[in-house]
Parts: sequence; structure tokens; C-alpha cells
Amino acid sequence: MKEVPLTIRPFGEKALLIEWPIEVKESILNDILAFVSAFTNKYQREWELVPAYNSVTMISLSGAKLDFDTAKARVLEVYEKNTRSVQNERFLWKLPVCYESDFGIDIQKTAKSLDLTKEELIKQHTSYEYIVFGIGFLPGFMYLGGLPKSLQLPRRKTPRLHVEKGSVGLAGKQTGIYPQDSPGGWNIIGNCPVPVFDASHEKPCFVKAGDKIQFQSISKAEYDLRKIEGEIGIYNLEKIPLDA
Amino acid sequence: MLKFLKSGFYTTLQDFGRFGYRNIGVPVSGVMDEVSVKKANVLLENQQEDAVLEITMTGPTLLFESPTYICLSGARMSPTLNNKPIDNYRVIKVEAGDILSYGKLENGFRTYLAIKNGFHGDKVLGSYSQYYPVTSTKCFKDSDEIPYEPVKQYEPAISELKLENHLEQQYIEVFKGPEFSILTDAHLEPLFSKDFTVSKENNRMAYQLTEEIGTHSHSILTSGTLPGTVQLTPTGRLIILMKDGQTTGGYPRVLQLSDKSISVLAQKKFGDIISFKLL
Repeated sequence: MKEVPLTIRPFGEKALLIEWPIEVKESILNDILAFVSAFTNKYQREWELVPAYNSVTMISLSGAKLDFDTAKARVLEVYEKNTRSVQNERFLWKLPVCYESDFGIDIQKTAKSLDLTKEELIKQHTSYEYIVFGIGFLPGFMYLGGLPKSLQLPRRKTPRLHVEKGSVGLAGKQTGIYPQDSPGGWNIIGNCPVPVFDASHEKPCFVKAGDKIQFQSISKAEYDLRKIEGEIGIYNLEKIPLDA
Repeated sequence: MLKFLKSGFYTTLQDFGRFGYRNIGVPVSGVMDEVSVKKANVLLENQQEDAVLEITMTGPTLLFESPTYICLSGARMSPTLNNKPIDNYRVIKVEAGDILSYGKLENGFRTYLAIKNGFHGDKVLGSYSQYYPVTSTKCFKDSDEIPYEPVKQYEPAISELKLENHLEQQYIEVFKGPEFSILTDAHLEPLFSKDFTVSKENNRMAYQLTEEIGTHSHSILTSGTLPGTVQLTPTGRLIILMKDGQTTGGYPRVLQLSDKSISVLAQKKFGDIISFKLL
């Protein structure tokens, strides 16, 4: 029997929303991912599950109108009987980022607002491991947790209409990568040459919720090489198993 | 092949969506007005989810290069085959060389072209639905082509459907959304008694409404969203997510449209009036 109280509610005609306590915590994320893994194992073809921070949105794929009580009972049965503590194999991914000002168009200004030198900012940004609390908003957009207070600053007053794919930004408690060209208000400090989303791959997004990300500073020359490799599908990323 | 002599304002290939990738942020996509498409595919004795063209506001000019059967549905856009007017919800035989074009938008906003056995093309992540950058293009342009199977002979079981019309419906049926409880009486009163106008910001991702219902200061941890989720921004604006809508969001989700009401809203355009009816 699990001790974390869940709330389960209908969400429209074909979905359920399951919520854990409203906290950004690795232990809650792990409990969520253990449930997602167990439920998916059992009902893979019937449901699509979207985990994010403290919730899982479960969308029925059957087409028929959802019987809420039956669905809720299934969720609780899987949740309470599940003894697996860890989901699938998780990894720490080391992602290359070029922080040079060609890419990090706001890095000087950002460093100044944070009262850091550019070098200190890069050193700090690359020294932490950020946990993936969910993927959403855009294909391959990772919600990363674990940004230290010393790197937190407000988003830009005026959003840009165009932010380059791969841009690495800081905004509030968040850091992350723009997976595609899009409008955006984050402070851009660098660019990651490896595509985090590629629909032509069998696995379009190599990262999943529960993985961790650490950034590695690379030169412009290495960026150019990794960019070309990335475009033809060679990523050569360093990944370290988390549950070994 | 079906050839686009002119592409129209915004024409896309759509089936019923791309399932199983929302956990990596890929929207479900698929036809905006499922009600209209199901009827056209029923008439052609297709699979319900066979791919169709979704045609928005201003229609394309299309050349059929081989014989087949088609059915139009959804918005009425003054369609003609070789310059002769044709009806929606009727199975129509076309020959090689026939030209389908569209005229004035009479009602609704999105019209559909269904074809015997569905349109083909390249599936990406299990679906034909165009959504950039998951697919390499976002809509059709002049001189594009799309494959279909030639069909010479086919006896439709039913050739025409008379049906209730959801295009004129003004009210949108909604369920309470996950954060419905943050709404105060000051929000609820206008929400369920006033009319709302579809703003210029309306597309396959989301419909924004012009009238605001009052500010709030609730924030939520980013969580899942669905087609038909009604978000309330801090300034009091209502945003209704549609088929290409983001998979997660951080605004409170105050209402959720019924599936049928997504089809109703999909036929509304800038300036149209809607109201909410709680189920």
C-alpha cells in the first residue's frame, strides 16, 4: 500500500487527471514514473499517459466514452499493487552547448544581471544536473528542475518573435533548450547543436521524464562539427545510467 | 494524383491524429471538425479516420488526374466541379481531368474533401496529419500533389445524407475543468451568461476569445492539456486549445469542451459569437 494520497478526476470525456501533492520533488516524480511504467506495461494500447511535475494526464484511446469509476479503479489497483520503485533505465545526458556570443546573444547581459562574470555563469550552468520533470509545450521541450537561485532571473520584458532552434535559455526557475524555431521570452545564453527532437528517428526524442541533463561547454569549432553530425543523425552523446 | 493548381488560404492533410507521442510534447493534431469528417467518410464507406483535406476559409483549385469518388462536408464554400455547383454530403463521381474549385464561404470556416479509400502520402509518427516541424511542411502550396487510389466503379450504399447541422450552433458545451474551483462568482457570472467573440487569434492551435472574465492570481504547476481545454490567463482572457495545441500548459484549466463542441468551435471564425453551456 502506497502512502502518497492521489486525487483522480475526470478531464473531459476521454481523459483522467491524476495528481500527487503539489510539490516539485524528485521523490514525487519517481513515484509518478513508477506508476506510469506499471500502468503502461499493463494497458499500453488503450491509454496515452502524459506525466508532468506532480500529475499524469491519462487519455483513453479506445474512442468509446470513458467510464470514470472503472478507469479510476484500474488506476488505483495498479498504483497500490505496484512494487516497482524504478521505471525504465534512466540516464544522465551530457549535452554540448556553445556559450559564445554568436549563440548566447544575451549572455553578457544575463551575467551582469546575475552579478557574475560570463565565465562564472558558464561554470555554474554546466556544473549542475537538471532533472527532467516532463516533456511538453513543444515537441521535445524539457521542463528541467534544479536550477540554483544564483542563476534565476526574470524572463525578458519583451519576448522575441524568433528564437533559434537549439537555443539554451534561463527564465525564472527554469533552464532549457528550444527544440525548434519559435517565439520566446527566455534569456538566451547558448545553443545546443544536437537536436533534442527529430521526427525522422524511430525514437524522436532521446530524453524522457526522469532523466537528467548536464550541459558541457564547447567551442565554436566543435559546435560546427556537432551541428553537421546532428543533421545527419550522429549524436555521439555521453550518457551515464542513473540506476546502475 | 490530386494536383493543387492553387493552394487556397490554408489547406492541410489530416486524419484523426497522431497518438502515443504526447509524452514527448507532440500535439495530437487531426481534423478540427470530426463530426463533419465522419459523415463524409461514412458516405464513401471509408474507414472513419481515412485522411481528408481540411480546407480553411478560402478553398484551393484542384485537378484530379484519375477517376474516383469524393464527398465534401463541413463548411459550405460554394464548391464547383468543372464550374458546375455541387453539394456537400453527397457522393460524387469524378473523372480524370476534372477540376474542383471553391467560391464564397457561405457558412462555417473549415470544409473537407474526402475521397474513396482516403488520401495517401507519407505517415510521420503513425499519422498523415500535417504539423510542422513534425512533418516537413505545414500546409499545401501551389503545384503540390497528393496521391490517391484510382477507383473506376463503385456503387455507394447511400448517396446522400440529410442531417442535423452543427454549423449554426452557437453554444459550446463544456465540462468543469481541473481548476474550475478557482473561479469566483465574479468570473462565473459573465462566463455562463455573456456572449463571447472569437478573436483574430484563432487557428489549429488555439482559439482566443475577445471578452475577458476578470483577473486571477492562481498559478499551477505545468500539467497536461487536451484539445478543448479552456485556459484562463492572469488577465482574464480565455484560450481554448485545439487539435494542434500544446500538450502541457501552466494556465489554470477552467473548462473542458465536449468532443462534439470542438467540432462546433472549429467552424467559427474571427468575429463569430459563442456562449458556454455547462453540462
